[in-house]
Amino acid sequence: MVRVDAKANGNSLVQVRDLDKKYQRGSEEIHVLQGLNLDVGAGEFVAFMGPSGSGKTTLLNLLGGLDLPTSGSIKVAGDEITHMSANKLTAWRARHVGFIFQMYNLIPVLTAFQNVELPLLLTRLSKAERRQHVETALAVVGLSDRMKHYPRQLSGGQEQRVAIARAIVADATFLLADEPTGDLDRKSAGEIMDLLERLVHEHAKTLLMVTHDPRAAERAHVVLHLDKGVLVEGGAGGGGEA
Amino acid sequence: MRFFRLIWANLLRKKIRTTLTIGSFMVALFLYGLLVAIRAAFGGNSDVAGVDRLNVINKTSLIMPLPFSYRDRLANMPGISGVTFASWFGGVYQDEKNFFPQFAVDADTWLKVYSEFVVPEAEKKAFLADRQGCLVGRKLAKRFGFKVGDRIPLRGTIWPGTWEFNVRGIYDGNRPEVDTTPLLFRNDYLEERRSFSKGMVGWYVVKLANPDDAVKITKAIDDAFANSPYETLTQTEKAFAASFAKQMGNIEFLVLVIGSVVFFTLLLVAGNTMAIAVRERTPELAVLKTVGFTDVGVLGLVMAETLIIAGQGGALGLLLAKFFTLGGDPTGGFLGNFYLGWGSLGLGLALALAVGIVSGILPAVSAMRLKVVDALRRV
Repeated sequence: MVRVDAKANGNSLVQVRDLDKKYQRGSEEIHVLQGLNLDVGAGEFVAFMGPSGSGKTTLLNLLGGLDLPTSGSIKVAGDEITHMSANKLTAWRARHVGFIFQMYNLIPVLTAFQNVELPLLLTRLSKAERRQHVETALAVVGLSDRMKHYPRQLSGGQEQRVAIARAIVADATFLLADEPTGDLDRKSAGEIMDLLERLVHEHAKTLLMVTHDPRAAERAHVVLHLDKGVLVEGGAGGGGEA
Repeated sequence: MRFFRLIWANLLRKKIRTTLTIGSFMVALFLYGLLVAIRAAFGGNSDVAGVDRLNVINKTSLIMPLPFSYRDRLANMPGISGVTFASWFGGVYQDEKNFFPQFAVDADTWLKVYSEFVVPEAEKKAFLADRQGCLVGRKLAKRFGFKVGDRIPLRGTIWPGTWEFNVRGIYDGNRPEVDTTPLLFRNDYLEERRSFSKGMVGWYVVKLANPDDAVKITKAIDDAFANSPYETLTQTEKAFAASFAKQMGNIEFLVLVIGSVVFFTLLLVAGNTMAIAVRERTPELAVLKTVGFTDVGVLGLVMAETLIIAGQGGALGLLLAKFFTLGGDPTGGFLGNFYLGWGSLGLGLALALAVGIVSGILPAVSAMRLKVVDALRRV
């Protein structure tokens, strides 16, 4: 269930109400998001599209607790995150959110295994338990044989797979992907989208993705368009029903 | 420990830069070690100075003598448990470049007041029994190969002529930092042969029954000899050592200035390195925060890197300096007690870590304050 009219029944995994975000650039005030409402149910795959500067990434950052709104509320799995302290928000992010970036953002001096292990370093898991989780995550993304490789030894598609493994290793409540195929060739992009689709369908992950790529967007259950800070339904993608 | 791999990987990211920064700490702390050893050699080693001893010199100057008659007056003062005296001899052994200090001392009392000098009982007895006898320190004996029974001729520069001494004993220090480079001989031999300054001594050393009385007794001594032809200046052994060293220049000040410049330069080098390291890793630090590292956690990671660099470089430099000083006086006699103590090594390491903290704190705070959204925008 995905709605943008604030009329959902209250069982949404992600619930956004009257979300406003303004930036000050010099003397100019930029109103990026204006009274935005959004409900996303668990296991949904939502794609956000829109022109550059429409607020897609800003929305993703707000949903992931990386930024704070000017006003409005964001509830994820019952947690109101807009009023959390910085430390609480960091802990919440570690527990609930898996981020996937366009540029992969792997740590170049760490191996694939060590990159994936990063979020687990902050947990109470033992070394053996961490190893088990990392191996599982890398197996899910099909990189069991690349564990000891450094990012520079991997292709772009493989790097993004490692980044996806890092996002899922701590069993996040939902995944946020910002242009996950934006830096990949068509074939690799297709493989990454296959993988993301698999995470939604086989592993019941909730995925919110920002993309410019219509081919990527059509894999989503729902495509939402952001234009001048306002969210409008763009209909169902090819990946499921709205 | 679970973050060590991450910290270590970051340190090895730019191996040359890390090595050079560690090298900067190493060189600076090596230099620190040498400066401390030089300071100690010039008598600025407060570890050695006895807290229960005062030195009494002529108020006019250290090179002006005091009458022998002061000995008994000092010995009878309340709070003083022992008195001894010494005079600078200034002899030359074979060649002027073979410098080492020689003191004419009161044989009966010197070793009682200076309990840090350890002499085998039989050698002590032999020294007391031979008017031309002398005691040589272990370092001095090692330097020239002196053995018990050897005869040492010295050419007098203050009191002319050839003065011959029989080595009756070799003394050690009860601690490594005790200076064992001087030659000690009996004052009665000097008194017997010298043509002038008879009945005079270079300075007195008094031992206090209670070190807490130092201030009171210092004043009492100087008051007792006030308005006499030989007024006194009484001071602690540390101050005496410093004034001795000052005859050759303000070594303390020189060491302080050079040390400060070295550490300030090190601060700039390390600070610049860490600032660059943090700046070029901005997106990665943002990712760490994204996956759940707190602001303080990121600060801790950056500080840990700085401290490892400072600790490693500092420890290496200090160890090098320690090994260097173990080789003894590199000048062949000018820096007799060229010694770097463990206390100074600990202080050096603390200084290195302090420089590490100061140089790393600004980059670490900037990493801590980094806003994830802004940082990711820079990717």
